[in-house]
Amino acid sequence: MSLYRPPKKIGAIRFGLLSPETIRKMSVTRIITPDTYSEDGLPIDSGLMDGRLGTIEPGQRCKTCGNRIGECPGHFGHIELARPVIHVGFAKVIYKILRATCRKCSRILLSDEELEDFKKRMDEYEKKWKGLSEEISDELLKKASRVSKCPHCGESQFKIKFEKPTTYYEETKEGLRRLTPIEIRDRLERITDEDARLLGINPKDARPEWMVLTVLPVPPVTVRPSITLESGVRSEDDLTHKLVDIIRINQRLRENIEAGAPQLIIEDLWELLQYHVITYFDNEVSGVPPARHRSGRALRTLSQRLKGKEGRFRSNLSGKRVDFSARTVISPDPNLSINEVGVPIDIAKILTIPERVTEWNIEELKELVIKGPDQYPGANYIIRLDGRRIDLRYVRDRKTIAESLEPGFIVERHLKDGDIVLFNRQPSLHRMSIMAHEVRVLPYRTFRLHLCVCPPYNADFDGDEMNLHVPQSEEARAEARVLMRVQEQVLSPRYGGPIVGAIQDYISSAFLFTSKNNLLTKEEVCQLLSVADYKGDLPEPAVKEPQPLWTGKQIFSLFLPKGLNISLRASVCRKCPGGCLKEKCPYDAYVAVRDGQLITGVIDERSIGAFQPDSILHRIIKDFGTDAAREFLDKIGKLLIEFISRKGFTMGLDDVEIPKVATIRIQEILKEAEEKVDKLIESYRRGELQRLPGRTLEETLEMQIMKVLAEARDKAGDIASEHLGLENHAVIMAETGARGSILNLAQMAACVGQQSVRGERINRGYRNRTLPHFKVGDLSAKARGFVASNYRTGLDPIEFFFHAMGGREGLVDTAVRTSTSGYMQRRLVNALQDLKVEYDGTVRDASSRIIQIIYGEDGVDPAKSDHGKAVNIDIIIEKVLSESEQT
Amino acid sequence: MDKKRKKIDIFCHELVPKHELLSKEEAEKLLKKLNIYPEQLPWIKKSDPAAVAIGAKPGDIVKIIRKSPTAGETVVYRYVIDK
Repeated sequence: MSLYRPPKKIGAIRFGLLSPETIRKMSVTRIITPDTYSEDGLPIDSGLMDGRLGTIEPGQRCKTCGNRIGECPGHFGHIELARPVIHVGFAKVIYKILRATCRKCSRILLSDEELEDFKKRMDEYEKKWKGLSEEISDELLKKASRVSKCPHCGESQFKIKFEKPTTYYEETKEGLRRLTPIEIRDRLERITDEDARLLGINPKDARPEWMVLTVLPVPPVTVRPSITLESGVRSEDDLTHKLVDIIRINQRLRENIEAGAPQLIIEDLWELLQYHVITYFDNEVSGVPPARHRSGRALRTLSQRLKGKEGRFRSNLSGKRVDFSARTVISPDPNLSINEVGVPIDIAKILTIPERVTEWNIEELKELVIKGPDQYPGANYIIRLDGRRIDLRYVRDRKTIAESLEPGFIVERHLKDGDIVLFNRQPSLHRMSIMAHEVRVLPYRTFRLHLCVCPPYNADFDGDEMNLHVPQSEEARAEARVLMRVQEQVLSPRYGGPIVGAIQDYISSAFLFTSKNNLLTKEEVCQLLSVADYKGDLPEPAVKEPQPLWTGKQIFSLFLPKGLNISLRASVCRKCPGGCLKEKCPYDAYVAVRDGQLITGVIDERSIGAFQPDSILHRIIKDFGTDAAREFLDKIGKLLIEFISRKGFTMGLDDVEIPKVATIRIQEILKEAEEKVDKLIESYRRGELQRLPGRTLEETLEMQIMKVLAEARDKAGDIASEHLGLENHAVIMAETGARGSILNLAQMAACVGQQSVRGERINRGYRNRTLPHFKVGDLSAKARGFVASNYRTGLDPIEFFFHAMGGREGLVDTAVRTSTSGYMQRRLVNALQDLKVEYDGTVRDASSRIIQIIYGEDGVDPAKSDHGKAVNIDIIIEKVLSESEQT
Repeated sequence: MDKKRKKIDIFCHELVPKHELLSKEEAEKLLKKLNIYPEQLPWIKKSDPAAVAIGAKPGDIVKIIRKSPTAGETVVYRYVIDK
């Protein structure tokens, strides 16, 4: 391979204006004819498609440089404008300069002393802080625009009025007098180079008068290629259309001037020319009707090509499309490792990895070459020593080609199991959005991934698609394997804790599996362990008579590393008010692991879930390494899925049904609450309500009503949960943190509660009432969006309507939040993208200016920390204590 | 401004961290340690109330000792600029 050559270094970039002379000099021809092609389909000379402007048709040679399509970069032409026009992009700059300069002598409207002073300051700034001198120019422009008499020639100045986009007036005593571009150009021409510098224009790169165009460059045809449709009809680019307009009007203007037409006609044409030149540069200038295509579509002119999301910058320069990538729908596969990704065989046959032929792999690669591009483990291309690429699709006899293989050739073989690829889901908000996976080639047409890696990608399977990229160099593959593999990314750099971890059914299953009443027979144990790839001896059964039985905790412990010590409180912990009984917890919510044995406690979200710091999973990664963690997740995952599939875990209407007694009690509570509300309203009406400090009477009432109703809802929920025990699947999901919450359950079983819009009870709709079903001024619970029904029995129409109002607000909020936070993220990333922690611990930007002396002021890598802290004393004490206990 | 008004020591306020002027030797040592030009440090205006209070002049380096939620106490440096 060729040695790496450092790219050329950019010393400086200078921006300036094109002078008329430069435009003429770089032009290969003057464009006069507004037509493109003659009737026989040949480009017209000195027309817009002149052969000298470059090549766009294959086989054709450029008339200027003789190159074919692809090599010929295209060449500029030019249009001589009959009358000068203002360049829209500089209209404002011109206005500022006109205000600050004399109408007669064009000097800056400040005395020589003042100018000298500005000059000195500018020199100083330019030496010290380049770029900051702009501020001085702004100051000067402001100061000079207030002067009404030229200190140089004594001419009194008129106020200049600027009318967007390109019209300027002088406010003389007789009234407004319009300044023609000729006059403006005249004034700008007279500005001395020295003054120009003070005005913020570097006269070496841009003279002020160049902002008024006399010559228009015509971009090469390569910039505005015409498209030939199947029917043979030529369709021209928008820019060409616009240029045709400009030339046509320019021609007419010139003819009229030469024929001595009346001033009025000339001015009209001039104005029209100005319009066309404006829209040629920017078709979205405010106050100018956009130029349209015959079909009514607005033309996409120069500025539109660059601007915005679909513009050159964001779409083509910042965003690139790449080879060796694939995209398809994702679906789950619990049998994969978290490090793996299932790749459809059809994709594996298209994506390739270049493999160099060596003595050791030549036989293997020959076989792949013989198989060719269509059979699965095959190859698509061979690159010979001379660099020639052979496409195996078009090789008749692959056997001979395979025999010609020799060390040094490169075979581009199909993707196969174990190859490392990058896997990505948009929006790529953090670094875990792109991780490296090992390939598993599988049948069917979707990418498959392990469920534990859904949280970092924020993926689900309702139709999500993901992208896959194949690194092509050995270095890239090594980097991906060492730094980007899923197991290396388990710990989130956002906070100290794992971001990959069990979700949903894994958690429900873990709870059921490790709860006290789960005893397994030998048969069950053996089947579960074989699914989980366990190789080793069975532990002593916890129950020996009448038949050997094992507890779930025992089996779970088989997958915990030896030497693991940790205690924590599970999600099901009730946070007992009398203090925690620890190991003697009646709910088995105190998880204690001693030397890799789960002594007490049930495993749930807190222990193995994603986003859980200081969990069992977190300790395994930190104390036993990423490999151990991967193995743990893989095996425990398979085991838990097998267990819950055998057991069966469902939720239905029955799970949110509560006994009649409870329903009646709930109704009583709600009725009481509504009466209470009515009483509050009554006392408000009578003016007996006590005002809360800082609130109006109405606000006080609202707050109290809200409080009463919230309490009622909570009480109803409590009653419901009294009747829903831990044998209820819905409750298991809520308590263990697998899915949903107790509040969700209460809404289904007991009472949905108050609906709100903008944090208040619903109060919009008709005048002083929400719906015509209520009396004007009705403030009762029901009339302001309190839903007393539950989801199981269903809502009545009025409740349903209020619920929809609240629901709509929720949807709108999420939509708005994503867009604003997305924009904020974009700006933050743009501002922070090249900050980097150097080897000395300092945070510096691209020009190695210091941002922080030590990263985060404490130099702690959050990914390696314990929930943000460098050390977690509690855990260390725990560890030492239990280790000393054991010895 | 009312000249009779008593001068307030802004450092008495809890939210104003301690500012110190670095001596020439200290400054040089710091710059050498970080391997930077003084301009590469973050800047502080000479008109900054704290800079005025300790009499910092453009070109000086100010040492600021302040509380930090992550490190308890932290030291940062500012290069004093004109304007």
